[in-house]
Amino acid sequence: MIEVKDLHKGFGEVKVLKGISADFEPGKTSLIIGQSGSGKTVFLKNLIGLHMPDKGSIIFNDRNSTEFSTQQRREWRKEIGMVFQGSALFDSQTVEENVMFPLKMFQNDPEDVMLDRVNVVLKRVNLENSNQKFPAELSGGMQKRVAIARAIVMNPKYLFCDEPNSGLDPNTAILIDNLIQEITHEYNITTVINTHDMNSVMEIGEKIVFLKDGLKAWEGTSKEIFRTDNESVVNFVYSSKLYKKVRSAYLNEN
Amino acid sequence: MNYISHTGKYFMMLSQIFKKPQKGNVFWAQIMREIDELGLKSLGIIMFISFFIGGVIALQTALNLESPFIPKSLIGFAAKRSVILEFAPTFCSIILAGKVGSYITSSIGTMRVTEQIDALEVMGINSLNHLVLPKIIATVFFYPFLILLAMFLGIFGGWTAGVLSGLFSGIDYITGLQTDFNPFLITYATIKTLVFAFLIATVPSYHGYYVDGGSIEVGKASTKSVVWTIIIIVIANYFLTQMLLT
Repeated sequence: MIEVKDLHKGFGEVKVLKGISADFEPGKTSLIIGQSGSGKTVFLKNLIGLHMPDKGSIIFNDRNSTEFSTQQRREWRKEIGMVFQGSALFDSQTVEENVMFPLKMFQNDPEDVMLDRVNVVLKRVNLENSNQKFPAELSGGMQKRVAIARAIVMNPKYLFCDEPNSGLDPNTAILIDNLIQEITHEYNITTVINTHDMNSVMEIGEKIVFLKDGLKAWEGTSKEIFRTDNESVVNFVYSSKLYKKVRSAYLNEN
Repeated sequence: MNYISHTGKYFMMLSQIFKKPQKGNVFWAQIMREIDELGLKSLGIIMFISFFIGGVIALQTALNLESPFIPKSLIGFAAKRSVILEFAPTFCSIILAGKVGSYITSSIGTMRVTEQIDALEVMGINSLNHLVLPKIIATVFFYPFLILLAMFLGIFGGWTAGVLSGLFSGIDYITGLQTDFNPFLITYATIKTLVFAFLIATVPSYHGYYVDGGSIEVGKASTKSVVWTIIIIVIANYFLTQMLLT
């Protein structure tokens, strides 16, 4: 469970987050959506500790991450998995080395035990025969799957994804979305996804938080987003003719 | 003001680098990889340049000695002094600043812009310690050997040039090498090399680590890092020479 309370963050004179509060539950995929510049990325970077908030608290199961000591922060980071927008795989390492990297850094298990764990997670993301390939030899979708494997190899309690299906074709994007949702349910992870992708919103949004100008403008589920009359949400989510039609069809049917 | 801020940031970076490594065996593997990348892969260029520059120094000295009263052994003496005091430690370090410095900045800079450094930080790894400390250890331990090799090859290049051109004899050259040999000169060159090796590892790392933007910025940072590393080496050379030899 992650509880964000009154989160503020600014850079110089520019106030990016102006007091956001939200809860993210385990076993659910929670989506942060909003226009470019609404503060999504800064919000996510505060959650994962790459930025320190100016004010407010972020509680991870009764532990306030804004008050962690260096040692506590280091320990807490082992509970976190992160999938970056561009995958952020170490390009000098093979798939196997990339996925094994967190294990090598934080565990003292023998090499064969670590390798078994790597093979389990690679199988989970359907990448069984790519251990010795380098990231440059993989497609965008495969790189994302390696990034997911690396993120879950330490059995994290919290999984964060920054636009996990950006730059992917629609089929691969759906595969990645489904994979993240399955893993979230399977391991009861608290998953927070930053996305622009409206397919993700409608398919896997068990909780959706809509940010506008550094504030939470709306929150609900993928079903509720069809029925909302919040003008900002409607203008953002249903900006294309296609999604307007989808919404009309959904409302007519239900 | 900008320079002061960069200097402060550079020293803040150093304070993060010199921490206990997370995992000994991973750290050791990183050092070995850096010795290969930053040291062994520079052997060829250093050997090639040292040999020929040593030859040119000897030829130039021989061609400028017109007076019959000046002994030919002076050529060996001058070549030895030039190679040991300046060419091997300073000139080779400048060459390494260009070759290795641009590599360090572009590799760390690319990791920054592709979020690989963020990935390390999110995992709870001190990215500066993980990425830069092995580079410092690799350069500081390996470059003195590289520079000693450059000295030997530079002096050997001078002997080869003299013998092949017939401008002076091998005996004269070796007599010059043995004249007034002061072992402290080797110590002086090694001390300079250690300082320059540290600068070659850290200044480009600073430029790469704090790069902001995309591939163009990484390219600009590489150029900037080479220029600044050379400038700092030249300034450090001046002060070290004054401190150690006067």
